[in-house]
Amino acid sequence: MTGSSREYNESLLAISKAAGIELVEITDWNCCGATAAHNLNKELSVSLPARNLALAEFDGMEELVVPCAACYNRLVMTQHELNEDSNLKARIAEKLKMPLKNSIKILNVLQFLEKYFIPRLDELVKYPLTYDVACYYGCLLVRPNKVMHVERWEDPMAMDIIMQKLGANAIDWPFKTECCGAGFSVSKPEIVGELSGKIVRNAVGNGAKAIVVACPMCHSNLDMRRPAIESYLNKKVDIPVIYITQAIALAMGIAPKEAGIQRHFVPVNLTVNR
Amino acid sequence: MSKIGVFICHCGENISATVDVEKVAEVAGTLDGVEYSTHYKYMCSDPGQSLIKQTIKEKGLTGVVVAACSPRMHEPTFRKACAEAGLNPYLCEMANLREHCSWVHEKSDATTQKASDIVRTLVEKVKHNKPLQSIKVPITKKALVIGGGIAGIQASLDIANAGHQVVLVEKDPSIGGHMSQLSETFPTLDCSQCILTPRMVEVAQHPNITMMTYSELEKLEGSIGNFKATIRKKAKSVDEKMCTGCGLCTTKCPNKKIPSEFNTGLGTRTAIYVPFPQAVPNKPVIDKANCTYYQKGKCKICEKTCPTGAICFDQEDEFVELEVGAIVVATGFNVMETSEFAEYGYGKYKDVINGLQFERLASASGPTLGEIRRPSDGKIPEKIVFIACAGSRDPAKGKPYCSKICCMYTAKHAMLYQHKVHGGHSYVFYMDIRAAGKNYDEFTRRAIVEDEVNYIRGRVSRVYEENGKLIVKGVDTLLNAKPVEIEADMVVLATAGVANPGSEELAQRMHISYDAYNFFSEAHPKLKPVETNTVGIFLAGACQAPKDIPETVSQASGAAAKVAILFSQDELSRDPAIAVVNRCAPPLFSTCVGCFMCATACPYNAIGEELIKNRNGEVIKRVAKVNPGLCQGCGTCVAFCRSKSIDIDGYTNEQMYSEVMALLNND
Repeated sequence: MTGSSREYNESLLAISKAAGIELVEITDWNCCGATAAHNLNKELSVSLPARNLALAEFDGMEELVVPCAACYNRLVMTQHELNEDSNLKARIAEKLKMPLKNSIKILNVLQFLEKYFIPRLDELVKYPLTYDVACYYGCLLVRPNKVMHVERWEDPMAMDIIMQKLGANAIDWPFKTECCGAGFSVSKPEIVGELSGKIVRNAVGNGAKAIVVACPMCHSNLDMRRPAIESYLNKKVDIPVIYITQAIALAMGIAPKEAGIQRHFVPVNLTVNR
Repeated sequence: MSKIGVFICHCGENISATVDVEKVAEVAGTLDGVEYSTHYKYMCSDPGQSLIKQTIKEKGLTGVVVAACSPRMHEPTFRKACAEAGLNPYLCEMANLREHCSWVHEKSDATTQKASDIVRTLVEKVKHNKPLQSIKVPITKKALVIGGGIAGIQASLDIANAGHQVVLVEKDPSIGGHMSQLSETFPTLDCSQCILTPRMVEVAQHPNITMMTYSELEKLEGSIGNFKATIRKKAKSVDEKMCTGCGLCTTKCPNKKIPSEFNTGLGTRTAIYVPFPQAVPNKPVIDKANCTYYQKGKCKICEKTCPTGAICFDQEDEFVELEVGAIVVATGFNVMETSEFAEYGYGKYKDVINGLQFERLASASGPTLGEIRRPSDGKIPEKIVFIACAGSRDPAKGKPYCSKICCMYTAKHAMLYQHKVHGGHSYVFYMDIRAAGKNYDEFTRRAIVEDEVNYIRGRVSRVYEENGKLIVKGVDTLLNAKPVEIEADMVVLATAGVANPGSEELAQRMHISYDAYNFFSEAHPKLKPVETNTVGIFLAGACQAPKDIPETVSQASGAAAKVAILFSQDELSRDPAIAVVNRCAPPLFSTCVGCFMCATACPYNAIGEELIKNRNGEVIKRVAKVNPGLCQGCGTCVAFCRSKSIDIDGYTNEQMYSEVMALLNND
């Protein structure tokens, strides 16, 4: 959120500030362990997110907003596993040398927006968006369903509903939760080229003028890996990929630069009716 | 002084692996009143039973406790053995060491102690047992069959041919069920209607069968031999006696766009309709929800058209009470809808259909007259994909079971497609090919080898539409495992077989058990496959679990045989565990004070009054009296009786207290 997806961070902070919501960073937070930890060591993969949960609780927080979908997934999975296994919970608390209530409410960006922005959208939106968008959810926000409990998990609607409320037309398309290639971005970008290529092709084919995401991994694959995508599709594709928070920022009339719109690899030329 | 024999069963290793049976026998032998105690590997076997009989005679036993499995399993076995040795069968009790002890505990001293405690309580009970005589009940030799599919048809014909009266109740306007919707049948590819319709006609014409279509079971009371069923005959709005079945009304009805249930929504019907041309009875009903007259108060075109004046709009639901001795439940099954499959488009793609819909497309009587044409635009699909196990064997869909029929009908579908669409390409995605059955594997091989159906072992993760094609994304897990994408024109999901909607309520109405998926439960998975836990109610067909036609027919004949066996007797012996109002010497006659609290408590209306008179015919006392034919032995009256004058034979307060005291007085 401070490196390759800093525009996600910037836009989230910008819209929160404009809406009068204060977001506090967890003191001394650590890496969630990402793919590396949960592929190698189960206990470590739970301990790392658990420390963040314990720290947030120690800070007296009731809700934890997690913009990165991967971090969100690890934190929710950790909370689930600790609740399922009291021995594990006791062991981890012992390791952390901190009390672990494991009761904090974890929200991803979509849930955060649903709770704090949707009820106030009429008041916040100054410049309704008017174009067709493809909302792309990826995997980390919706899977595994037995833990995430997303309604219509193969065809989620949360982001579509938000975009519709911003005035845009969220298209009905079949690639909402298809794999973007994820971590292959580093080791085998050509696989990302193919998988993300199919996603981009379908979005364009269904008339979308922009793809909206809520996950830094999805974003980097669809945006930064555009050359690999174009080489798979054998043609140039200029559909921009924006974060949902950036879409809200534009609709709220926040200056595009404050929302990091200029930071994308694929230029964002979305007009806003001012 | 009691002379009780205690017989401990090992149940192979079911009991002896966790309970020290020798120790239990030894402890039992020391109990007050126990004359003899022993243990044996299989007490229910012939030598085991002989051991009991011999001991009764040699030792002159006055009571027997068999410590083995649940009385549900073997109480009749051991009581019969006792009777053969001259002991009243109701002086024999079972101590359940298997379900109540060995199966639910680990091997330990405490487990053995619990087993001994259970035996001790039953010994104390038996001391208070009194000889009882079973109650004889007459049998009404008339059967009720619920459901008019192939299962109900077969069961009805078999029972009727055995010479008994049958009432066949069907909720739809015609009998025939799912089998009448099928195209060809595996593994012979003979036409389903051709083999079924003659049987439907036979049912209609059989002198012993009364058919009640468009009817449902409303209420069921009574028990084996003497059920009282209330049937709701839904108003057909057509007088069956006047109607000749000419069908003129159905051609004139202005409401022609109603999705036809028989054609699984792929065809349409009118509001006054016969579900299909071969329907039995071939007389229409009016679907009130879709009829212009019933909805808007105007129309009545059918009434004007009918040459015999058979239309009667003011007909109301009728309730018919039937007395029957046995019931066969044959209510069938259903299949999951395509809308339940998120990954295959939540039912939004018209050309993604389920197996039953494909049957209608392939059927000569179907909406396309047997040509395989896709629903969206009527084109003949050049490429078709069949997805097996859509829902079945998938815990994520809540259906971890195998639906059993899909492997076979999918092979049949692909084969029919290849026969009807020359040059077409068909693909089957499967997990395993389960083709166990006579000539079944040969049939699926034929599909693969002769008809060149492409079988791909793997699952399909998604179906979506792109450029007018349905893209099927799956995986081929064999050899060079790789992702597969097929651009298909049509996709057929072999969706899981599920219980019919309303099965749960029906089961509760009949007091029969059902499983987690609302399929009705058989009394024993191996040895009582057609019985239910409620004696006198039998199962046939897919209401018990998904099954194919041969198996359904076998089970239906099995259930019919069970009914015929029951009807071969003139009366039935019933357990004498019923409520009895006590009697004592004059001048008291009974401790009953005639408050009739028991009568208000009784759920079966089994309690009436009795007037005790002197020699001159003058009434001395008014007391409660139990009708043994109606009493079910539930014991509610016992709890209500304020003067402790009513008791259940075989389960008296005295017996129950002795059991409890035996546990409380544990040293």
